[in-house]
Amino acid sequence: MRLVPKEIESLWTLFTAPAVWAAHFLLCYVGAAVYCAKRSSWGFGFEWVRVGIGVATLLALTMILVSAWLAWRQWGFGAQDPPHDRPTGHDRRSFQGLATLLLSGLSFVAVIYTAMPALVIAECNP
Amino acid sequence: MSAADMHEDNTRKAQEERLRAAWMAPRGWRYFTAVNNTRVGLWYIVTAFTFMLFAGVLALLMRVQLAVPNNSFLSADFFNQTFTLHGTVMMFLFAVPIFEAVAITVLPQMLGARDLPFPRLSAFGYWSFALGGVFVCGSIFFGAAPDTGWFMYPPLATDPEYSGIGADIWLLGLSFIEVASIAAAVELIVGFLKCRPPGMRINLTPLYGWYVLVVAGMILFAFPPLIAGDILFELERMFDWPFFDPERGGDPLLWQHLFWIFGHPEVYIIFLPAIALLAMIVPTFAQHPIVGYSWIVLAAVGTGFLSFGLWVHHMFTTGLPSISLGFFSAASEAVAIPTGVQIFVFLATLLAGRVVFSVPMLFAAGALAIFVIGGLTGVMVALAPFDWQAHDTYFVVAHLHYTLIGGMLFPTFAGLYYFYPVMRGRMLSARLGKTGFWLMFVGFNVAFFPMHIAGLRGMPRRVFTYPDEIGFNVLNLVSTIGAFVFASGVLVVIWAIARPKRNEPYAGRNPWNAGTLEWLIEMPGEDWGVRSVPIIESRYPLWDQKNLMRDVDAGRFYLADAAEGRRETLVTSVLDGDPVQCLRLPGPAYVTILAAFSLGGVFIFLTYHWWIAALVSGAICAVCILYWLWTGTAEIPEKREKNVGLGLTLPLYVSGPRSVGWWAMFITMVGDGTALASLIFGYFFYWTVHRGFIAAAAGPGAFWPIVGIALFAATWGAMLGALAANTRGSASGQRLLLILSLLMAVLGSLAGLAGPWTHAMTPSSHAYPAIVWTLVIWVAVHGAVGAVMQGYCLARSLAGRLTRDHDIDLRNVVLYWHFMLVSAVLTFVVVGLFPLAL
Repeated sequence: MRLVPKEIESLWTLFTAPAVWAAHFLLCYVGAAVYCAKRSSWGFGFEWVRVGIGVATLLALTMILVSAWLAWRQWGFGAQDPPHDRPTGHDRRSFQGLATLLLSGLSFVAVIYTAMPALVIAECNP
Repeated sequence: MSAADMHEDNTRKAQEERLRAAWMAPRGWRYFTAVNNTRVGLWYIVTAFTFMLFAGVLALLMRVQLAVPNNSFLSADFFNQTFTLHGTVMMFLFAVPIFEAVAITVLPQMLGARDLPFPRLSAFGYWSFALGGVFVCGSIFFGAAPDTGWFMYPPLATDPEYSGIGADIWLLGLSFIEVASIAAAVELIVGFLKCRPPGMRINLTPLYGWYVLVVAGMILFAFPPLIAGDILFELERMFDWPFFDPERGGDPLLWQHLFWIFGHPEVYIIFLPAIALLAMIVPTFAQHPIVGYSWIVLAAVGTGFLSFGLWVHHMFTTGLPSISLGFFSAASEAVAIPTGVQIFVFLATLLAGRVVFSVPMLFAAGALAIFVIGGLTGVMVALAPFDWQAHDTYFVVAHLHYTLIGGMLFPTFAGLYYFYPVMRGRMLSARLGKTGFWLMFVGFNVAFFPMHIAGLRGMPRRVFTYPDEIGFNVLNLVSTIGAFVFASGVLVVIWAIARPKRNEPYAGRNPWNAGTLEWLIEMPGEDWGVRSVPIIESRYPLWDQKNLMRDVDAGRFYLADAAEGRRETLVTSVLDGDPVQCLRLPGPAYVTILAAFSLGGVFIFLTYHWWIAALVSGAICAVCILYWLWTGTAEIPEKREKNVGLGLTLPLYVSGPRSVGWWAMFITMVGDGTALASLIFGYFFYWTVHRGFIAAAAGPGAFWPIVGIALFAATWGAMLGALAANTRGSASGQRLLLILSLLMAVLGSLAGLAGPWTHAMTPSSHAYPAIVWTLVIWVAVHGAVGAVMQGYCLARSLAGRLTRDHDIDLRNVVLYWHFMLVSAVLTFVVVGLFPLAL
């Protein structure tokens, strides 16, 4: 059995990395909001929320890297340059690979943006 | 001419006659029954522009009032109505519908399709929009317009004493229009994915199509939260269910969340389609393919996602935890990346090509200049500390107008000048266009730039006047002068469009020398759209494929004939554009108009609490829709397959995931599921924010919700069984299981309602029983709709319209029940089992 499946790319894989960004964003926002609203009934401090955000961020970045690697492979590891505008299945797959790779890059940066407030904010306030 | 040539010529003429007859849009007194995308799109554009001019007049009234201090041109009350209606109309009746209007008009042409897959749905959407728009706009003539701002914040807007009937008109009128938007989204997604010409793989599609896909997808996730919010809001106003009343466990902030989960993506729903027009215009006038096609796809998809992480930046001053503000501030900054990518791609394309200067290009350049300023102030207000200073001042007014007018109005005018020949066969006056542009560009900046300064000096938005000698006078006078210059520019362009042009010649074919398929159109265009559906091998086929126009005109490609006198278009596969079906499309109909007007009746009568009239109107609407489905969909063709030309034979009837109807159901249910998720978000929002929320009143218990889950699961199983029986060819087994599942669906709905009923939960007493009732009613109504669908399938089966080989209806209803099962389980677990876990 292969560790990485051979061909899993479809139209939907284009959206993998942004979907990871969305899930990470929601998790951070909902987690922090619920904690801050109910902090008195829970027996741990805000630093654990920050640790949680850190762990979630590492997980999300790893998933985006996997998606990026798959996209890079679909793009043929950059063997051919864009624009990928010939009417062939090969160019169609290369285009999908490149677009997915670019989206992975954007999502990677956006996940780091999301995590940054947790570096500097140390309490719920209010 | 040889005998063979003459024969070919005669054949071609006969084909054209048949095509023309099949596609002819009705004339005379049946004019408005047309469903052709060219005609519906035109009505849509004209109607949206009319609303825009109306809202523009409202803006001028406001500017006159604000021109001098202590003015009494408008009363405070009327001023409130004016700014509320101005914002509402511009957003809901112009900016979003103009996207749908332009897309319905040009997308099929760009894809070399004869029409979109559901022409009657487009017409239905248009009539809903037109009726709802007239209703909302008309209210101001009776002094009954909404007057609490275009985002309707409670508690001001929930209190009937303060806000009058205007708030109901806003809520119900706009809910009705949102139906039209979702209809358009379904139509456009399926159109883009399934109705491309053969050979147009996903890497060759026009960029406009990518934007349409992203924006329509965003509508599916952005509009349902607003619909959910509208439902809660109207339940509070009509029946005193206290969703936003803090004294009875409600919370006004929930509305702000639901509104802005819609409201911020909406800004991008408005902006992206306009940028999409630039993505078509810029390559044409650079005479060069777009540089960085994949980067545009990155930008469109990336913006689509990130725009959902911005909504709280409208709520920075509501006292949320600082870390929440941080998350949303970060996403608001991140979205500048893909937005900037698009602008750089356009600049690179212009640098790589040889730019032809023209009116569309002028508007495009003006758009970029204005939008960049709006984007920069956007980066400023995305920073929470800056926003605390600028919030609710004229700085925000200036910012939002720079983004919307630069990001939407100017590109739309560019698109109008560019695509006018596609729509009407003639060019617009370049002289008037240039005059109009400069008046608009200068007037806009004169009007709106001073507002930045007024805002920083502390002028709050929405004040109907201001005192003398606090430093606002000159700035406001300049803004008013600028507004009138701007308006005069708009009028010049409107005149260029509206003035009679009967004596002017038609434009030549492809007058801008563009590369994409919409320019195949003849001048003036025929109702059939494209003479034959070509095979595509390039992103710019008119530039790269030799003799394409000649061969299309000669009918050398697919569907050059309408042998059976029917409207037909090709359906292709999503990724590679392989032909899979010859789809027959319905023609003109009254029933769509009647369905839209009776549905409008429901919303309008509810505004005035005319319950019986609303009920009757709803019944008429249901009958219309059933009649429309029965006579116009899932038609069994007279033969299995059809030769579509070039030796290709395609099936006329396909069902399941290969059919367009299945995709439409899937997409609709995604939107529907988002609305339910928004209601469930409301439940957990209360639980998070209000201590002891669930203990505040008796709950629905666990028994009835569990019974509900069991019954809906059994219904779902029976539907799977019915489909299996039908596939085996056992009509009687299929019918028996349909009857069984129909009964269980009804019982499941009743069991859901029994939970709160048997525990005497009073919805007006507290927000907890109110939200529980809302959730179970949501499921019960969906169960009832599902039961109607089951009954419909049964009737179709008995009438011989649903058979083993013709099972579109059954497969679509089974798909509905997949979603229904998830909805029911989720809801009953939340209301019945979640309280036990606490």
